[in-house]
Amino acid sequence: MSSEALHQFLQMGGYAPFVWGSFGCAALVLVWNVLAPRWQRRALRQQLEMMDPDD
Amino acid sequence: MWTWFHRLASPPWFYDFAGRLLPWLGLASLLLIGYGTVGGLLLAPPDYQQGEAFRIIYVHVPAAWLSLQVYLVMALAAAIALIWRIKLAECVVVAAAPIGASFTALALVTGMLWGKPMWGAYWVWDARLTSELVLLFLYLGVIGLHQAFEDARAGARACALLALVGVVNVVIVKYSVEWWNSLHQGPTISKIGKPSISLEMLWPLLGMTLGFMTLFGHALLRRLQNELLQREARSQWVRERWARGDV
Repeated sequence: MSSEALHQFLQMGGYAPFVWGSFGCAALVLVWNVLAPRWQRRALRQQLEMMDPDD
Repeated sequence: MWTWFHRLASPPWFYDFAGRLLPWLGLASLLLIGYGTVGGLLLAPPDYQQGEAFRIIYVHVPAAWLSLQVYLVMALAAAIALIWRIKLAECVVVAAAPIGASFTALALVTGMLWGKPMWGAYWVWDARLTSELVLLFLYLGVIGLHQAFEDARAGARACALLALVGVVNVVIVKYSVEWWNSLHQGPTISKIGKPSISLEMLWPLLGMTLGFMTLFGHALLRRLQNELLQREARSQWVRERWARGDV
């Protein structure tokens, strides 16, 4: 892709902030949905660790 | 058939089953969302009316669609939880709410970003937008209610009741563009067999929607596993899996 074409692509016909803003927000939400359950699991592991010594 | 259902609803069996399914769902959603992004941003031609701004459809429509689908899954689980008191169904209600809330928020934000260049305003109080905002509050209500209860089971039952009552709002969101005069455009792809969109534009949209659905499945299964671990932390099956490092 030439730099001219790339520039045009990034411009999105003048709608750049709206199009890229939308895709950016989507990326954030999708990544959050992958990470949030993992953070939750990590906290759970610590909880299980604490009750580990056969109570 | 019934024995299969019983097995599926048993926490240890479901925990392992989810663990086997998770990587495949993750891979599928990665490929589908990748295809949808490339197809939507690069391969699809610009719209003859909206130009490049129409590309927002590739994140807005899947998010909006999922915001309703997730609610239906949550409400169905709520009904099962209230009628048969199945523990796994209670967990689905609690686990689905934050995912649904995130998709609803995304649908609202991308809708605002699309509304500004097309309608000239980020927000208008019309039926579609307002009912979608109510949907977000319903999800937040379920999350808040769950956190307000000390006892997990009592909390889940309260959440299930709220989720079930709120299902009427899903119907309102769905038909709002037909029942009321709205700035929001009507459905683009649901006219089965004859969608009002060209195939080059349609395929990435379907890919993206399937990608969002598999990602929802992925997040839901992981949250369900967490919920089961939390509730049954003292049971034998959790200890076994903890001992063999399968947590």
